[in-house]
Amino acid sequence: MSVSNPNWKPKIVAFCCNWCSYAGADLAGSGRMAYPADVKIIRVPCSCRVNPLFILRAFERGADGVIMCGCHPGDCHYTSGNYFARRRMTMLFSMLDYLGIERGRTRVEWVSAAEGAKFSKTMNEFVKTIYDLGENRKLGDLRCKK
Amino acid sequence: MQKIGVFVCWCGSNIAGTVDVEAVSEAMKSVPGVVYSANYQYMCSAAGQKLIADAIHEHHLDGIVVASCSPRMHENTFRKTAEAAGLNPYMVEIANIREQCSWIHKDKEEGTAKAIVLARTAVAKLLHNKPLQAGTSAVTKRALVIGGGIAGIQTALDVADAGYEVDIVEQRPTIGGRMAQLDKTFPTLDCSACILTPKMVEASQNEKINIISYAKVEKVDGFVGNFKATIRKKARFVDETKCTGCSLCMSKCPSKKGKDEFNMEMNNRPAIYIPFAQAIPNVAVIDPEQCLKLKTGKCGLCEKVCTAGAINYKQQDELIEREYGAIVVATGFKPIDPSPLNEYGYADNADVITSLELERLMNAAGPTKGTLLRPSDLQHPHEIVFIQCVGSRCDENTKRGKPYCSKICCMYTAKHAMLIRDKYPDTKVHVFYIDVRTPGKNFDEFYRRAVEQYGVDYIKGMVGKVAKEGDKLMVRGSDLINNQQVEIAADLVVLATAIEPDPTARSIGTMLTASMDTNDFFTEAHAKLRPVESPTAGIFLSGVAQGPKDVPETVAQASAAAAKVIGLLAKDHLVTNPCVAYSNELLCNGCSQCEKVCPYGAITYIEKEVRGPGVREVRRIAQVNPAVCQGCGACTVTCPSGAMDLKGFANKQIMAEVDAICL
Repeated sequence: MSVSNPNWKPKIVAFCCNWCSYAGADLAGSGRMAYPADVKIIRVPCSCRVNPLFILRAFERGADGVIMCGCHPGDCHYTSGNYFARRRMTMLFSMLDYLGIERGRTRVEWVSAAEGAKFSKTMNEFVKTIYDLGENRKLGDLRCKK
Repeated sequence: MQKIGVFVCWCGSNIAGTVDVEAVSEAMKSVPGVVYSANYQYMCSAAGQKLIADAIHEHHLDGIVVASCSPRMHENTFRKTAEAAGLNPYMVEIANIREQCSWIHKDKEEGTAKAIVLARTAVAKLLHNKPLQAGTSAVTKRALVIGGGIAGIQTALDVADAGYEVDIVEQRPTIGGRMAQLDKTFPTLDCSACILTPKMVEASQNEKINIISYAKVEKVDGFVGNFKATIRKKARFVDETKCTGCSLCMSKCPSKKGKDEFNMEMNNRPAIYIPFAQAIPNVAVIDPEQCLKLKTGKCGLCEKVCTAGAINYKQQDELIEREYGAIVVATGFKPIDPSPLNEYGYADNADVITSLELERLMNAAGPTKGTLLRPSDLQHPHEIVFIQCVGSRCDENTKRGKPYCSKICCMYTAKHAMLIRDKYPDTKVHVFYIDVRTPGKNFDEFYRRAVEQYGVDYIKGMVGKVAKEGDKLMVRGSDLINNQQVEIAADLVVLATAIEPDPTARSIGTMLTASMDTNDFFTEAHAKLRPVESPTAGIFLSGVAQGPKDVPETVAQASAAAAKVIGLLAKDHLVTNPCVAYSNELLCNGCSQCEKVCPYGAITYIEKEVRGPGVREVRRIAQVNPAVCQGCGACTVTCPSGAMDLKGFANKQIMAEVDAICL
């Protein structure tokens, strides 16, 4: 997809669970492992707190990509939350794909509190994918556009 | 309209270096709801906190946003500041503009723009915050220590010293752990058993300490202050209260082909055995895989010779359920199996041994009664090669070992080399090393003694191959300092193998919901400032379970963990997390979906009269027990009618954050 607006910067929402991925993002920060500023993190207690509606809302409001990070399967602070999250996201992402939001715009990644480098690498990759895909034009609520 | 104050921290130059803090605080002034905005060098300092408190009073603020470091660092600090100034502590939001902004971006314009978005997002969330009241829960004044090595013993002794009950659960038939297997300890060379066994005895005689050996923790429920553990005490087939430890049964047992785990399986033991002479409890145990009576029904010799009548072939596993206020993980380590690293030929040659095996070979209670003989032909070795970093410090991508330094190997190899040279001056000792790492009190002096006083030959370089030729082991490696290949015909090769967490660590971590790193070491709550606590409240870390350590470090950490446990058990009540789920009675239809996903069983259903606009009926609705709910939010997303919500992370709050980011 060609990018019509040369000043376009992607809007990327990252949901991070408090125990693993948010700490992993902090570790990426204290280790000065850079990733693009387009990524903005929302802290949630657990990946299972991420309601599919939040992701739909993000796309509705003009997000170009949404990534959800949680503890590795088996390591959830709340024992089983990330399993629920995984199933929900599998369903949601295939539905979004059907609606025209490319698979590359949505992603789930497991990042532990010790994996600052993985967090940074994941975000770099994800942002690159979004740049390659260009601006998202699906699902956006025109009333929200300026 | 709420009145919100925004406080932008410079964090010295940590934030101000890449974020224009003036511009951020200026931009915040035009955000709806914000009535006051300021910036200061260090918000967390006394002066910074005073600035916040003064602004709360002066501008009658309803909530504050602090744009600073990670909430994992100072959220509590600022909540306390707000509380002291008369604000509800949950009317505080943190915008993480250090770890997730200034530290990862170099461009000031980009960093400033992102910081503004993050601060604006926090304001958007805060506009939907509601004051929350924390509840309290009682504390069970008893601690559970998982693992009975030196770490667990030290923690238990210190906690018991403060007057609290402690249970030590040890998976092996005796406490003592790895340290019991060591011959001497560096850098003083005192005998390991001589310093460990008095501590074991002290633990067993302390009336506050209850040792549950040959057991494992099977299940843990609950939360900080109120854990409930199920412990499976495996059948020993010997009555612990009757056995006197006379070991007569051991000499009479006809089934003597068991592998002696204590001696690294280098000799055999009978089916009924006491692991070692100073074992605690000093009680025999029957290996059911090996015992003729238990396997075939024939034999029963031990029962006949036991004068105490302690043998009981019908003994069953026992389940113990107890409540604890705190849990200490002291699960320790094991050396890796070097067999897959086939260049060292460990699997094929009896005379290639690990350092822990050498430790047993040099010990007076070991398979050779303390005389250094090589395993293949029981001859005295005259040329010994030590190989360092076997399985340690490996490239993670090659999967050939551990990425970390095992920390203790440099010192124990220096110890082994020194002891061998001291006892057998005719024996040549070579050490292949990558680096010698001796950062500890009197450690480098110790290593230099090995080189200078005992003439141990240290060769900087790695070993490429160990191959058997005749009755010699040809060790081929490189000497980087002299830039040449070397070949040594050795009689014995000792591998300083990496250490890894005990195999049970992963399942224990999962059971406790305590986070672990990719190497299965337990993660600390903060790498520098909270090194003995797990991020999971009420779980503490002691010894190598957290990372490689030598004995003095383990003991220091064990005592530190004990101090934290005592601090917790000394409290009568704990403040509970008020960020819990709740159901909206008007929306809930009692479908039971939320109950199914709740990992804590915090949700129950009651019949309740529901009154609302146009509704007045008795209905089955969900009710959350706030003392049990941990606030994960699984129920909130599962609820088909949207009745469940989470305080502190409400749907409205997160939606507002999404909107603010995508603005």
